[in-house]
Amino acid sequence: MSEAANPAALRCPAPLDPTDRVQLGHGSGGRLSAQLVARHFLPHFDNPALAQLGDASIVRVAAGEVAISTDSFVVQPIEFPGGNIGSLAVHGTLNDVAMMGARAVCLTAGFVLEEGLSLAVLDRVIAAMAGAARDAGVPIVAGDTKVVERGKADGLYINTTGLGLIDPGFRPAPSRARPGDAILVTGQIARHGMAIMAAREGLSFESAITSDSASLAPLVDLLRTAAPDVHVLRDPTRGGVASALNEIAASSDVGIEIDEPALPVPEDVRAACEMLGLDPLYVANEGVMVVFVPEAQADDALGALRTHPLGAAAVRLGRVVAAHPRIVALRTALGSTRVVDVLPGDQLPRIC
Amino acid sequence: MKYLSEYRDADIARTLIARIRARATRCWTLMEVCGGQTHTIVRQGLDELLEGAVEMIHGPGCPVCVTPLEQIDKALAIAARPEVIFTSFGDMLRVPGSECDLQQVRARGGNVKVVYSPLDALALAQRHPDKQVVFFAVGFETTAPANAMAVHRARALGVTNFTVLVSHVTVPPAITAILEAPDNRVQGFLAAGHVCAVMGYTEYEPIAEKYKVPIVVTGFEPVDILEGISLAVHQLEEGRHAVENQYVRSVRRAGTEPARALVSQVFELADRQWRGIGEIPMSGLQLREEFAEFDAERRFGVAGMTVTEPAACRAGDVLTGRIKPPQCAAFGTACTPERPLGAPMVSTEGACSAYHNLARYRTAGAAS
Repeated sequence: MSEAANPAALRCPAPLDPTDRVQLGHGSGGRLSAQLVARHFLPHFDNPALAQLGDASIVRVAAGEVAISTDSFVVQPIEFPGGNIGSLAVHGTLNDVAMMGARAVCLTAGFVLEEGLSLAVLDRVIAAMAGAARDAGVPIVAGDTKVVERGKADGLYINTTGLGLIDPGFRPAPSRARPGDAILVTGQIARHGMAIMAAREGLSFESAITSDSASLAPLVDLLRTAAPDVHVLRDPTRGGVASALNEIAASSDVGIEIDEPALPVPEDVRAACEMLGLDPLYVANEGVMVVFVPEAQADDALGALRTHPLGAAAVRLGRVVAAHPRIVALRTALGSTRVVDVLPGDQLPRIC
Repeated sequence: MKYLSEYRDADIARTLIARIRARATRCWTLMEVCGGQTHTIVRQGLDELLEGAVEMIHGPGCPVCVTPLEQIDKALAIAARPEVIFTSFGDMLRVPGSECDLQQVRARGGNVKVVYSPLDALALAQRHPDKQVVFFAVGFETTAPANAMAVHRARALGVTNFTVLVSHVTVPPAITAILEAPDNRVQGFLAAGHVCAVMGYTEYEPIAEKYKVPIVVTGFEPVDILEGISLAVHQLEEGRHAVENQYVRSVRRAGTEPARALVSQVFELADRQWRGIGEIPMSGLQLREEFAEFDAERRFGVAGMTVTEPAACRAGDVLTGRIKPPQCAAFGTACTPERPLGAPMVSTEGACSAYHNLARYRTAGAAS
């Protein structure tokens, strides 16, 4: 007699254990959501504020002004040489807080997950994020997760918000550049953008270029002591060094002069840029900053930056001038001058 | 980088500049034909360093700049179709058509992808057999072999969902057209090194002879360009008019035979419109009849489309050296890098865009 003939033996199949992929149920607010948080997020992000699991986390901060910055990360590919979207989301926001001279206190993280995202990928992203936050000594104290249908997002998006305490004795701002300032750059440029481009689908050249994604807070702390009169700090992310300098020239209503031979572009990055017809000045960075400092403190600033591995390649890039306000001019190796303009949109690879 | 840094050496470049200045007894007017050379000249400020000895006119050798409006409009029409994946080199995406550009088509739902090689586009067609993949085959003789190869290989592989929208132009007829113009000012040419690497330079010899102009096949690095200019200036000072080859590390007189053979197997000469300049007889390439099945114009029924160029844009006069960009009434007003009327305002190295930046700098009181 077969089993099916006996009604007493009929059983509903047990629901499958959530598999290796993000499902819509993970965003339902039900048991799957709780599992996602308990199994994937909390073990990595463990800290007392987050462990409260309330509607909001409570954090104690000292009295004074705070700096708040928020940024959304949509990078594709999610994982790239030198990092992934998780470490990038931490570094990016920590750096934005650090550029105001503030000391970061805590971070929050919001996730938009696409149905079908591999949980293994999500775990690696979360681990990298937690590692980056731990290295920086900044806890992720609040978070949120939503799941959208397949096709409605590109794997996963992350928004991070950072809160930092302003240091009253160290107040860099984009509007504070003054004629006579030296302009420094803390490391080799254009690595992040080219690493992403090289890793992107359809670009068939071999490359070992790694992203420079890193927290700049340790360098900012060195400057705090060595060059307290720093006027401007800026991490040249999207749009690269060229766009950052143009923004500063406009905010401070000053002219900027940079020296082409001083531009620290690694050989492999330069070669990749040549091949694709891109200008490294417009390529994104995630682990370098430009520093505007009065000439009198420029050598101290450089010396301090170079004591840290992240600042070992720090160099002078140029200077602030009173002439040609709001224009960034580049002196070529030959002694001619060209204007470094803001691009109307994305940099497009050239055919000729 | 090896084989490149030698040609970017600032000391050698300065020596060459001094040599040109010492040799020139008057200001000579030269035209670099190729957009790649314009790029170097503008980025390195070579024209500024040669001021008074040589005036460089940035010629019609940027494929982005000379692709006619009607080809752009055809591209836009094809790219907007739901079954199409439209592939292109990156800098074609911002070139304005009559109503919009490829980026805007993408924003409205068109599937437009940047590729770095026509063979990437062919591979895309193989991966998406349910789509029509179209490659925008623009360029001079330099890109023609790779584009011919893509068509050739598509046939060999039996790929039927791949077509090319051809807008190929060739250099010698353009040089001839410039020299034939009654108000021509160009006294010597730097021919495009990469074009000649494919085609050789025998085609230029009768031109140099007939119009009595020096033509120097020139590379793309600052030292290459300064050497090319130096050779041309020497010829002019001596009253000679020969074809000389500065770019000997890449160019042979006969060019590259297999590449030429492939190009002539797939393409044939045809009359072609140049943006801002008009039609130049037998100045372009089109697919041969036996490759017609790969012609996007036929597959998507846009072959008959014609468009009138905006009268306000004087790109043609700029590209042939008749006017300088600021002499155009639209310059800096109706036409800016943010809202370009014509292609020379599109890329940062386009003649109009370069002048636009320089004008801002000079107005700000930086240079005399």
